[in-house]
Amino acid sequence: MTEDMFQVLAENGRVAPEREPKLPSPDLQKLYSLMATTRAADLKALKLQRQGRMGTFAPSLGHEACQVGSAFALQPKDWVFPYFRDLGTYITLGLPLKNYYLYWMGNEEGMRIPAGLNIFTVSVPVGSQLPHAVGCAMALRYRKEEAAVVAYFGDGATSEGDFNEALNFAGVFRTANVFICFNNQYAISTPVRQQTAAKTIAQKAGAFGFDGVRADGNDVLAMYTLAKEALEKARSGGGPTLIEAFTYRMGNHTTSDDASRYRMEAEVRDWSRRDPIERFRLYLKDKGLWDESFEERVQKEAEDLINKAVEEAENTPPPRPEDFFIHTYKEMTPELNDQLAELQDLLKGAPK
Amino acid sequence: MMLNMVQALNQAMHQEMERDPSVLVLGEDIGVDGGVFRLTEGLLEKFGKERVIDTPLAESAIVGASIGMAAAGLRPIAEIQFMGFIYQAMNQLISHAARLRNRSRGRFTVPIVIRTPYGAGVKALEHHSESSESLFCQIPGLKVVVPSTPYDAKGLLIASIRDDDPVIFLEPTKLYRAGRQEVPAEPYEVPLGRAKTIREGEGVTIVAWGAMIPVVEQAAEIVGKDGIFPEVIELRTLAPLDRESVLESVKRTGRLLIVHEAPKTCGLGSEIAAFVAEKGMFQLEAPIMRVTGQDITVPLAKGEDYYYPSPERVTLGIKKIMES
Repeated sequence: MTEDMFQVLAENGRVAPEREPKLPSPDLQKLYSLMATTRAADLKALKLQRQGRMGTFAPSLGHEACQVGSAFALQPKDWVFPYFRDLGTYITLGLPLKNYYLYWMGNEEGMRIPAGLNIFTVSVPVGSQLPHAVGCAMALRYRKEEAAVVAYFGDGATSEGDFNEALNFAGVFRTANVFICFNNQYAISTPVRQQTAAKTIAQKAGAFGFDGVRADGNDVLAMYTLAKEALEKARSGGGPTLIEAFTYRMGNHTTSDDASRYRMEAEVRDWSRRDPIERFRLYLKDKGLWDESFEERVQKEAEDLINKAVEEAENTPPPRPEDFFIHTYKEMTPELNDQLAELQDLLKGAPK
Repeated sequence: MMLNMVQALNQAMHQEMERDPSVLVLGEDIGVDGGVFRLTEGLLEKFGKERVIDTPLAESAIVGASIGMAAAGLRPIAEIQFMGFIYQAMNQLISHAARLRNRSRGRFTVPIVIRTPYGAGVKALEHHSESSESLFCQIPGLKVVVPSTPYDAKGLLIASIRDDDPVIFLEPTKLYRAGRQEVPAEPYEVPLGRAKTIREGEGVTIVAWGAMIPVVEQAAEIVGKDGIFPEVIELRTLAPLDRESVLESVKRTGRLLIVHEAPKTCGLGSEIAAFVAEKGMFQLEAPIMRVTGQDITVPLAKGEDYYYPSPERVTLGIKKIMES
């Protein structure tokens, strides 16, 4: 339990050499490219939403380091239980961007997670995915699989019963869970000081009998380092960890929100100076791993990926009526058959 | 062998856990204590604490963890100690268990069974007499199963464990040890979604389930002395409903009486009455009738009889519908 915040990169990009992770140069460049792609894909979604081509969604702006840094430490055998602000996590883990766009355009097909990817579906009721992550970890142990299970959530979720029930289970059963809280200072309009009287979110882990740590959530190397440690501990039977990523939601809660109603412009300006991508860019530049041509290449690759994903998502035919009926139970019930037939007749313009 | 319902359900869990290593049980006091009604007795000794998990007291996490286990390929049976405490887990059941198949377009399914004792008639304390099955029957994606005999209890539980969708398995507390019945030693399934005609008759169809079955049987005996021989259909599965069996019977008898212990308003009887009105209105010779629990909170022990449908109330109902 600590109030200190683990940091590898200062806001000006200066590195604390004793904490610098030993990542090969291509990996460092990959981290940058994943964050840049996340930001570009997020801004694209916002643009599409304003044009009426995307539904309501929760922008990830400002969360690039905590999403990408933590997900980069995962192995394919590990499991992830996301919440609803996880674009960088998906991009890092290799969920096709098309899926993300498709789901938030209003098509369930986007949450058909491709086989082989251990990512659970989006969870909108706040905090309700945490018990799933614990159950999954219990199942993996029962099957003697040495894998870790991550759950992502925001600061608001820590007030929910499910947060407390899940972390309590995790402590009692010493599950291989890593709980990663993006403390972005606001749950819609409620500031974190109104969410909890605890000094930090990390310290809550103490009540459940395991470690809580706090990272600068805008420092991708800090997030990577703490996530990697916690994941290794989890996989080797050392029990769960709570990681608080101290960050800031640069955008609105969702595209339906107007954050200017409840927070000061000066605060947003202040946080914009701690931008996660800019900080990492300065670090890479110092190391000779970033220049204009690298930036151009990264941006071009992101743009191509995004354009292709938008095209694929927009060209995906809308769901057929039967898609909903056939996925309610394993087998259609007689009543569902009747209701579907009636709907199909109606759609054909030939009511009986 | 002759078993009561507790023994039959216990045997079903033993046999399914022997058959399939992906089946495990979790809940409050289900391990060392064998469950407050002894439903899970002997499982811990036989299968160990990896598969028979005494959990902290947290209903939402019990159901939520079961969902996560299912994601990783297991088939957990979770016990909620009393139906009155299942409300703590409603969000997990409604928002996730019921929807994951659809939300993920079939990538994730939730083959879990939530077992819970339900119902009044045992003079219990508050929250221990709930019969809130209709809350679950309105949730697309959930199945709701209620046995009334040891034989059906075993077969329905085995079928529920093997089913690939989430099943709320309601065990009538009043019938746990109400009587013994010949139950085959080997595992068998009683298929979900199929009602059973437990008494053939004419002139009126009575539809009931769970702890109301013996009540209806008693009433049928009483009216038999007056030459009235109701047909009795036991639903056994409440969701999905076996509408066809009900309709077929009502079309023959011309009258429908629904008996349930849940409150009347928006009880499952409302749906049964509605679909019979939609599909069988012109075969009816009398208005559809219901004998149900009252629209009040289930009273404590001293007032329970005001609430609970008795054989006398059902008898009166039968006579009334036969006269109209």
